[in-house]
Amino acid sequence: MQTIDLTETGLRETNKMLHAQSADTNQTSWTIENAKGAHAIACGLNAPIEVTVKGSTGYYCAGMNQHATVNIHGSAGPGTGENIMSGKIVIDGDASQYLGATGHGGLIVVKGNASSRCGISMKGVNIVVQGNIGHMSAFMGQSGNLVVCGDAGDALGDSCYEARFFVRGTVKSLGADCEKKEMRAEHIEILQSLLDEAGFDADPSDFTRYGSARTLYNFDVDNAGAY
Amino acid sequence: MDLRFDKALFCLMLKKVSSWLISGNLVIASQLIIWHHLGCCESGMKTMCGIVGLFLKDKSLEPKLGEMLTAMLITMTDRGPDSAGIAIYGGETNGRTKMTVQSDNPDTAFQGLDAALTSALGGAVNMTVKSTHAILDIPAENTALARTEIDKLDRGIRVMSRGVSLEIFKEVGLPKDVARRFEIEQMSGTHGIGHTRMATESAVTTMGAHPFNTGDDQCLVHNGSLSNHNSLRRSLRREGIHIETENDTEVGAAYLTWQMQNGATLGEALTSSLDDLDGFFTFVVGTKDGFGVVRDPIACKPAVMAETDQYVAFGSEYRALVDLPGIENARVWEPEPATVYFWSHNEAPTSKEKAA
Repeated sequence: MQTIDLTETGLRETNKMLHAQSADTNQTSWTIENAKGAHAIACGLNAPIEVTVKGSTGYYCAGMNQHATVNIHGSAGPGTGENIMSGKIVIDGDASQYLGATGHGGLIVVKGNASSRCGISMKGVNIVVQGNIGHMSAFMGQSGNLVVCGDAGDALGDSCYEARFFVRGTVKSLGADCEKKEMRAEHIEILQSLLDEAGFDADPSDFTRYGSARTLYNFDVDNAGAY
Repeated sequence: MDLRFDKALFCLMLKKVSSWLISGNLVIASQLIIWHHLGCCESGMKTMCGIVGLFLKDKSLEPKLGEMLTAMLITMTDRGPDSAGIAIYGGETNGRTKMTVQSDNPDTAFQGLDAALTSALGGAVNMTVKSTHAILDIPAENTALARTEIDKLDRGIRVMSRGVSLEIFKEVGLPKDVARRFEIEQMSGTHGIGHTRMATESAVTTMGAHPFNTGDDQCLVHNGSLSNHNSLRRSLRREGIHIETENDTEVGAAYLTWQMQNGATLGEALTSSLDDLDGFFTFVVGTKDGFGVVRDPIACKPAVMAETDQYVAFGSEYRALVDLPGIENARVWEPEPATVYFWSHNEAPTSKEKAA
């Protein structure tokens, strides 16, 4: 296992070492110590390695991730996992705003709460949160699944496309064009597999599904006056 | 500045985007509004302004307040390298008030200022000069007159703060240099707030730096930008409120002053600011007994708080808090949007949510 002290090695050097790993690297396990809220830790990884960050992280940790697994032993700052393509991010604490924004794939697991704009413009990423999420989450979500074991804040799924939202607790308010949906067998199956993958023990039948009412997809001539 | 133009245009666009959204034209609205929701300047461009705050519960830490706040402030340098300021509540002396004054020519402006004020006010005025600032120690009963007498002297002296406990120091320059020139590290106190500025709405000047004094022993720092500050400035000036600069935060501070002059408590003034101020803001306000925090309902400007048995701390980022004692086991959380929080040495902490 490789161990890096971030305060000694520095951010650029640390990320450079992680970027140097290829698909068949034998250095598959890394630990980064003394994170101290630094920005952009383990950004842009592109190899099947596992990186464990000790402490809380700043902006954009594990952004643009491909193939790697990044564990954050602390809380995560704004924009964590932004534009994640594949791989997995596990956050032990809370996550700040716009977690997994524009993510195309992969899985993000939060053991605490996530803040506002969680999964904004998600494009295929799966996000599973054990606690609550903040306002304007999954705004314009296009595809992927957002699972919330706690409650959701204001304006969930505003102007969403085909992303699915599963919430076990309450939703403070739904955003424009987001509505409650029927939970069919295929959804129970998707949800169960996501909960299993995240390691959360919850019953899929306790969740409610939300998604797009699809009334904002096309221009409506009756609204021309609003321009 | 170009940036100011862009931001004004952006606010106009946002209003248009809202109408697009309502009318269903998502194609046009989508990219613009996602930019907005990603935090606009936070994510897509650069981080603007840093705030730190420290409220001590443990009296044994009071001699180290200045040192702790300075370290926190310097961590936030890359959020705001243009100017920096710090408000320290250093404790009060019975029957005395403090005025912090500033001059660009301190050698001449402060020369014999204490003697001149002593004879004008008829009570002993003591002065401590720190670089471009001077702290005037004035008999409490003469406080109201002091400002008039300072203006009469016509030495280009500007009042930065007034109160029994508060002192404000702010200047153009890197936070570490500003802290050093005012010897902030050596200061003790019960609580304090600091600000690092990346200017967007008005020029980089001493008077454009934060904190702003909103009333006796009250001050305000701001991360964000107010978009209705011009119209609000005109309204407040009509009401007789003195506003010195073209800075948006000064308008926010003047707004709170005006609300409180009309009988609102600070908590009420902050709550109504959520209705009347348009734009992005995280405010931290200092009072004689504590500090308050409020974020606008969109809450794209970051804020992290930490609490232990020894202190309550605020930072624009967690980085600002990492060297505080016992931070590993502190309760760390983000303040909710549109919610006014208060910590006071006199009362239990409160938080009050404003209905949407």
